[in-house]
Amino acid sequence: MKAVCWFGKEDMRVESVPDPELLSPRDAIVRVTSTAICGSDLHLYGGKVPSMRKGDILGHEFMGEVVDVGRGVKNLKTGDRVVVPFPISCGSCHYCKTERYSLCDNSNPNAWMLEALNGFAGAALFGYSHMYGGYAGGQAEFVRVPYADVGPKTVPGHLSDEQVLFLTDILPTGYQAAEQCGIRSGDTVAVWGCGPVGQFAIQSALLLGAERVIAIDRFPDRLAMARDVSRASDLVNYASDTDDVVETLKQLTGGRGPDHVIDAVGMEAHGTDAYSRLESGKQVLKLQMDRATALRQAIQACGKGGTVSVPGVYAGLIDKFPMGQLFAKGCRLVGGQTHAHRYVQPLLERIERGEIDPAAIITHRMRLDEAPHGYSIFQKKQDRCIKIVLTP
Amino acid sequence: MGTTTTMGERDERDERAAEPGERNDRQNISSAERWISMIGGSMLALYGVRRRDVPGAAVAVLGAALVQRGVTGHCAVYGALGIDTAEEEGGFLEQKHGPAAVLDASKAVKVERTVTIDHPAADLYRFWRNLENLPAIMDHLESVTVLDERRSRWKARAPAGQSVEWEAEIINEIPGELLAWKSVNDATVPNAGSVHFRPAPGGRGTELKVVLEYQPPAGRLGALVAKMFGQEPDVQVREDLRRFKQTVEAGEIPTTKGQPSARKG
Repeated sequence: MKAVCWFGKEDMRVESVPDPELLSPRDAIVRVTSTAICGSDLHLYGGKVPSMRKGDILGHEFMGEVVDVGRGVKNLKTGDRVVVPFPISCGSCHYCKTERYSLCDNSNPNAWMLEALNGFAGAALFGYSHMYGGYAGGQAEFVRVPYADVGPKTVPGHLSDEQVLFLTDILPTGYQAAEQCGIRSGDTVAVWGCGPVGQFAIQSALLLGAERVIAIDRFPDRLAMARDVSRASDLVNYASDTDDVVETLKQLTGGRGPDHVIDAVGMEAHGTDAYSRLESGKQVLKLQMDRATALRQAIQACGKGGTVSVPGVYAGLIDKFPMGQLFAKGCRLVGGQTHAHRYVQPLLERIERGEIDPAAIITHRMRLDEAPHGYSIFQKKQDRCIKIVLTP
Repeated sequence: MGTTTTMGERDERDERAAEPGERNDRQNISSAERWISMIGGSMLALYGVRRRDVPGAAVAVLGAALVQRGVTGHCAVYGALGIDTAEEEGGFLEQKHGPAAVLDASKAVKVERTVTIDHPAADLYRFWRNLENLPAIMDHLESVTVLDERRSRWKARAPAGQSVEWEAEIINEIPGELLAWKSVNDATVPNAGSVHFRPAPGGRGTELKVVLEYQPPAGRLGALVAKMFGQEPDVQVREDLRRFKQTVEAGEIPTTKGQPSARKG
């Protein structure tokens, strides 16, 4: 079969590889009908994630048709159309049983690597380096899905692939980010980063009762999508509108600051101020792993008593964390990988009711063969690229 | 350590100096002190000789005496005063232990690891109590054969197709809580182990703690044993327990062996 494989920094190749096989009684094999490139795939693309090996198959946003099931899988049969959540979860550990699927104890054969890094290891992920389990990903024609009695969810035939594909990752991610805030009816929420996750965070915040959502980015097309597709009430272009995002947000909110803030940017934040440049330099010198411009601004901007919600991926340590501000304002900080399984059914119902139109964020559709080109334009944000869907 | 001699040979042994760590009746200085004596004495002697004067000569003689006392292990001054710092084997650095002890904790390798498993303690205890199940949990064990309610025969894998065997006995058991065993009969690698089962709070199952101690012998066999238990026995036990938890909770150990990639072979 054909698969998108990692061969080094900015070196993705579509290679011919063996078809996957059932390796465990709880496995299933899925024939991929649609798959997408995620913003977090760009960290792999940029060579920022350790424990990658040349030839690894990438991709954690995928869906398709079940073509084989292990004898331990009773809830699926050949022919079922499924979306597969991106965390790999056993369903039997304490965390899975309390619906915190991205914290699964048992799915990662290389858990010791994450333990060495973080003290504790969470769930393995599809196609996301060996420290996350080394599982082959779904930017391919076929995927082996472990714990198939836990992950894959069937989707109705009247919804197209594009309408349900994002249930695998980015839609639950944006939703969890908004839900974590504890939004009260009428609140104002500010979202840093108008990529796909940011777009869904904006939409989710509005669905959960926010009256105003302020979208922050530097790309006009992403801000336009935030307004036109996601219905953000205010836009802030931090590259052209202002050189003090925190103060601008304060003025936009009657001096109160946003009630909650969402950092949908993560560790590869881009900033124009002097400290951001310093952080980039530190990254180059390997003195610091993450850039935290967006996070710092979000904490500083957050109004009193609010929540700082972080769906953006962070990996290491950061300097100059405004802990004093967090304390003084009585704010809450919450982050983490998405417990995607938990949200598939409720969000599917919202899609069916027409409350969310996930396909509206897609800007590019390509064949699987064109994936390397897709990665390139996605990373450079060329051609107004916001979300790419690949079909094998 | 310590060879037996016949009565005839004993007189001869009296005459020669004891090796550090060896004993004969004339030795009354502990090993550590002997080394200090030898090193300190030689430094003094060197200093004294370099001075090239009368006080220096006196210091040199003192230094030489210290060296001799270190080498022979016998101090005339101690002898006259009835002092014997070599009473215990090796002197003050060595621990005493009782007759039931099978290994010396100060020399043993100790591994202690805890894991929480979402399963009742009684069930987990029953699985461990059937010692023949242990090779399924601990990677380095090849087999455990139960001989009677207390005794069992264990076999562990060693590099180059070798194996190490020993007999063990259960020294303590509290059903659902504790199981403890130790090797007996002069095992090549004396070892002892215990498993502790404690209910995890909030109905989260059982906190299972494994403690293993073993005393690798010196020399080549010791190195082999070190390899057998892994360079980091701590890591081995950690992974053993992780796999056990995965098996009990999820019914399988996660694997990616056999999955596709663009790597050849």
